[in-house]
Amino acid sequence: MMLKVENLRIVREGKEILKNVNFEIAPQEIHLVLGINGSGKTTLAQAIMGIYPCEGKILFEGEDITHLSVWERARKGITLAFQEPARFEGLLVKDYLMVSAKNKSISKLEEVIKMVGLPRNILFKEVGDNLSGGERKRVELASVLLMEPKLAILDEPDSGIDMLSCKLISEVIERMKSMGTSVMLITHSEDMINIADRATILCAGKVVASGERDEIKRLFKYSPCPLKR
Amino acid sequence: MNEFIKNEYERLVKYYGAAGGDTKALISKDYASMVINGNKVLAKNSTKGIIIEAEKIEDGVYARIRIKKGYKSKNPVHLCFGMLPMEGRQYIRTEIFAEEESEVKFIAHCIFPNAVKVEHIMDSNVKVGKGAKVEYEEVHFHGKEGGVKVIPKTRAVVGEWGMYNSTFVIKSGRAGFVDIDYEVRLGENAKSMLLTKIYARGDDLIKANESVILEGAHSSGVIKTRMALRDKAKSEVIGKTVGLGAYSRGHVNCTEIIMDDAEAIASPVVMANNPKAKVTHEAAIGSVDKKQLLTLMARGLTEEEAIDIIVGGLLK
Repeated sequence: MMLKVENLRIVREGKEILKNVNFEIAPQEIHLVLGINGSGKTTLAQAIMGIYPCEGKILFEGEDITHLSVWERARKGITLAFQEPARFEGLLVKDYLMVSAKNKSISKLEEVIKMVGLPRNILFKEVGDNLSGGERKRVELASVLLMEPKLAILDEPDSGIDMLSCKLISEVIERMKSMGTSVMLITHSEDMINIADRATILCAGKVVASGERDEIKRLFKYSPCPLKR
Repeated sequence: MNEFIKNEYERLVKYYGAAGGDTKALISKDYASMVINGNKVLAKNSTKGIIIEAEKIEDGVYARIRIKKGYKSKNPVHLCFGMLPMEGRQYIRTEIFAEEESEVKFIAHCIFPNAVKVEHIMDSNVKVGKGAKVEYEEVHFHGKEGGVKVIPKTRAVVGEWGMYNSTFVIKSGRAGFVDIDYEVRLGENAKSMLLTKIYARGDDLIKANESVILEGAHSSGVIKTRMALRDKAKSEVIGKTVGLGAYSRGHVNCTEIIMDDAEAIASPVVMANNPKAKVTHEAAIGSVDKKQLLTLMARGLTEEEAIDIIVGGLLK
């Protein structure tokens, strides 16, 4: 398994956000995490990245990474694209991308920028308020692509994106998979759901089902959250 | 130029080049330029449209720079103010007059690489004529000791449709003690932007008192301050914009990142006595933004590496 989460529990401000969550992601798998608002999807994504302290165990390629910091997990090959990406005053897109690209050439940056449907001149803009929400999301996706991670956690990469671009983003995620990356995908978009291999439903901080995509999709449609918080 | 001055000049030019200055510009006759070490004028060059005069006065140097009416300079005016010894006091009084419809950009490199106890005092009067445009970029290169006191004072008066933009940046080394005192008065339809960027460390102390007085109708001004402070550094920033003219617009924008035991005080002051004027402000002091930090750490940077990139961007 690429990722194995065992009995993950997170308590914040006295409230149990995740309750003994168990699930797995296989190598080169696009794993969808479904759930209504407040079900704990983002908390789960950020806990895997190491942002929140947690009880339980997170195994990455068989190694226990539960006590590693965010950057240590990143150096092992995990990365996360936030639902609302940060903005950086004064930092140009090309310099931001270089953080992930390490020693890759500027032509590689241009290739990836084109892949996510952005014009070349965006490389010389600031990762600040002058980018639209959609542009910022796509820059984030480019940054993940350049990092060539083993596991990419994408928290709603389609939110704030028009329908045409959603299709393009789905293609980019499939390309990540073909390059050997496993993807943990949080989304509400029907198109994006269809690129997943397997899925998990989170409800009130618990995993209520996990399995093949179509089966989970049907279950979710029928009963998105059968548990009460 | 006698041998001693030539030697001093060459040493300063060498530092100037190492600090990112365009050394060719100091030699070329096509560029107006002036080189001062301590209180000694080592070189100066006027061009067709820019007249530079400088003389020694009792406690320093008095320089007058005139940009002739309608002259639009393609090349920037290069100023190199340095103090190579470890100790000393430099006082430079300048009068800059950009005549009607002229355009000019100044790049002032202030170089104090060995400063242990150095004072650099600038006292400038700037007059921007009707429709003229002046940009003044002051870039400082300090040593590692932080033993420098930088006290720049500017009083600028901008005529109708004129523009005066100023940038103050400490590019390398410890800031030391900085006490900025700028005041710009704007006529009808005139514009101004004052930008300050400083990274303070150790026990550096930064004071910045900047004012834009919007006297004329439809004038507009922005005061923008970006600072990062760590260790025990302190800053006191006052950005003041006064709306007097009808439809004048002013804005004060201050962002400071503080780390370790650093302290920052930011006081944006907005005043108006004309109901048709609009003056606004925003000030933010805080630690490094958590989401920015986590985003970069999720790409494999350590916390320190991520902070360097965030602060580097803010002060770029």
